Amino acid sequence: MKKYVFTKLAGMFFTIICVAFLVFLAFAVIPGDPALAKLGAQATPERLAAMRAQMGLDRPFWERFFSWLLGAVRGDFGTSYSYGTGVSAIIAEKLPVTLLLTGMSFIIMTACSIPISIYTAKHEGGLADRIILIVNQVIMAVPPFFAGILITYLFGLILHWFQPGSYVSFAQSPVRCLVYLFFPAVAIALPKMAMTVKLLRSSLLDEAKKDYVRTAYSKGNRTNGVLYHHVLKNAIIPVITFLGMTLTDMIAGSVIMEQVFSVPGIGRILVSSISSRDYPVVEAVIVLLTFIVISVNLLCDLICRITDPRIRREA
Amino acid sequence: MKRRMKAILAMSVLLTLTIALSACSGDKAGETPSGDPSADESSITIGIPQDLEESLDPHMAVAAGTKEILFNIYEGLVKPDKDGNMVPAVASSYTVEEGGKTYTFTLRDGILFHDGTQVTVEDIKYSIERCADTSGEGTLLVPAFSNIESVEIVDEKTVSIHLKEASTDFLSELTVAIIPKHNEDPAGNAIGTGPYRYVSRSIQENIVLTRFDDYWGTPANIKDITLRIIADGDMIVTNLKSGSVDMFCRISTDQANELAGTDFEIYEGTMNLVQAMYLNNSFEPFQDIRVRQALCYAVSPQEILDLGFDGKGTIIGSSMFPAFGKYYLPELSDLYGKDIEKAKELLSEAGYGDGFSFTITVPSNYQQHIDTAQIIVEQLKEINVDATINLVEWGTWVEEAYTGRNFEATVVGVDASTLTAGALLERFRSDSSKNFINFSNEAYDAAYAGAQASTDDKEQTAYYQECERILAEQAANVYIQDMACLVALNKKYGGYEFYPLYVQDFASLYIR
Repeated sequence: MKKYVFTKLAGMFFTIICVAFLVFLAFAVIPGDPALAKLGAQATPERLAAMRAQMGLDRPFWERFFSWLLGAVRGDFGTSYSYGTGVSAIIAEKLPVTLLLTGMSFIIMTACSIPISIYTAKHEGGLADRIILIVNQVIMAVPPFFAGILITYLFGLILHWFQPGSYVSFAQSPVRCLVYLFFPAVAIALPKMAMTVKLLRSSLLDEAKKDYVRTAYSKGNRTNGVLYHHVLKNAIIPVITFLGMTLTDMIAGSVIMEQVFSVPGIGRILVSSISSRDYPVVEAVIVLLTFIVISVNLLCDLICRITDPRIRREA
Repeated sequence: MKRRMKAILAMSVLLTLTIALSACSGDKAGETPSGDPSADESSITIGIPQDLEESLDPHMAVAAGTKEILFNIYEGLVKPDKDGNMVPAVASSYTVEEGGKTYTFTLRDGILFHDGTQVTVEDIKYSIERCADTSGEGTLLVPAFSNIESVEIVDEKTVSIHLKEASTDFLSELTVAIIPKHNEDPAGNAIGTGPYRYVSRSIQENIVLTRFDDYWGTPANIKDITLRIIADGDMIVTNLKSGSVDMFCRISTDQANELAGTDFEIYEGTMNLVQAMYLNNSFEPFQDIRVRQALCYAVSPQEILDLGFDGKGTIIGSSMFPAFGKYYLPELSDLYGKDIEKAKELLSEAGYGDGFSFTITVPSNYQQHIDTAQIIVEQLKEINVDATINLVEWGTWVEEAYTGRNFEATVVGVDASTLTAGALLERFRSDSSKNFINFSNEAYDAAYAGAQASTDDKEQTAYYQECERILAEQAANVYIQDMACLVALNKKYGGYEFYPLYVQDFASLYIR
């Protein structure tokens, strides 16, 4: 187990360095000079040169990359070109918003999908099951971006349940913040929910046909007891892996949904920083997202190992 | 295991319910402010398409979107009014001596900075010298200030600015903000003398301003202003309709149509920029004046207005727009009527009878320029000219097309930094660093130099008009329009004023 975690961590470190390098390379290749983007078309050559020196752009590529890497290892991601403040401070301010949004959508998703899938599995072939399956199929086909616009329009402009664009920070008013984030969270959660229901339902049905289930019934267990006690435990393994992937997907979903719902999280910063060529910020955000994705995957692996002794033995 | 699973399930269901329930209660809470006029009375939320720059230092600001907001926080010795006249601001009066070689200003009595300190002549000297870089240690922040010889404090109420060469245009450069010498952090701590003072900001979220109650002039009507950043253009109308934003400037005609029949009033003004298909005059086919003229005959600005802009906008024929008043020559807009035969004739004379192809580079963040370029492409097909559109990011456009002059044609809008004709015409001098179209014409250079040397207003105006006429007759660019500027303002508010410069005046807004 220790060795396994260690190799995983080493791989993780290597992946992050690769990603960081690729982002650096991309910015070196694509056109667009950050100094020019900041000073505008009317800039005098002297001011441009001064700005480039201040941004460190006059140094060669490798030197820039390694000095960035050295700083990053020590937790110093440099200073943002367009905001003049430390990148870490910006991320510290904006990341909680994105994490809150992702967390909420994840909770909504799991809280709804698990009971629904158990219900449909229990009543396989019934009217409710068939209706839910059709609705499920439709929801899966809707892209999150479109779902976001639809929700804004329906709940925001027609029903007036919330006011699109009126985000308030958690510090200002926790309740209003959570209420506002509830709607983008639903938009992110919906398609994932549908997928989880589909997966868990079929996983449950597969398990329910196995021998040990028959034995459980013959021992005198009732349907609910068998489902929650025996079947769910076995059926949940593939779902955990899937949920891990979904969680990382949801972070990406938040980045998009922040645009639609005007939520000032990490996604807004990322998109605006790309167009202003503010690469200390882009670099740090992408590395951070990579880190989150890899960690979640690692965590899922570990959870599976803990819940399922079979995987432990195979390794 | 069973119990734990149940507990987790129960907890997650509970959490969802709590959130859903708080959604209902929050809804009621959200209704209160609009029902209670005292809370809402003197505040307005204004949407802006991008965040302000890192630095709120008025001398360092370069983005038009930042400068137009800073107009409310800072003032210069003089400031423009809505008709484009320079009116005294930090100075209460001024005199121009020696035919424009010395400008003398009298400091306004009792004028205060936002931190409550008195504005002194020292602050004026500091601010002007900071931009002019008279010490030679920093960088020249205002190009026109290279003409400043010295700033002299005459007495504690009077400051004289001595120029190296006489200039009658110089007053309009003195809108440069006066900031306190004692402020050690002008970038983060914005202190000016304007009708609004800076309160706080949150990156990519909002900027908060509040009325400066000790303002020397007519105080602003609305107390609190929140500038909310709406980076996604598709969300502008949604946010306006939902009431989370009360005002948005420069919306498109489509967005204006979507807002028809809602609580919004659409104000129509002009953008004050020269939208044209700028032609790189050193690109091979465009070196020939006949080819450039042919394009002018083939492109119909009226069709562009009708198809792309609901007929709104002012057709122009040279690098000058109507807000400039006396300099503007309306007759130049009819110089080339749409005439396909004539265009074809000119093309075959130039040896391009079978047509040719070129690329129009357009910055992808300006939908209005993209729309215009698309119509131009269609119009040029009639004379067998095959144009293709190349969309590039704004940063790329600035670097490659504008600074690098590496383009064939581009559709953009060029604005004026000050209200002097030179601000628009200087760039077409053969050796100007801003001459991104590589225009080169001796008569033009001579006329421009004549305008600069002239001290007589009439003569100077005539020279500038000559410049405009040369640009039009030489078909330096395919001139199109000064676009309509549409502002959506909730009917609860009134008083929006258009300026002939790229500024937003929040002080004139009021609640009905």
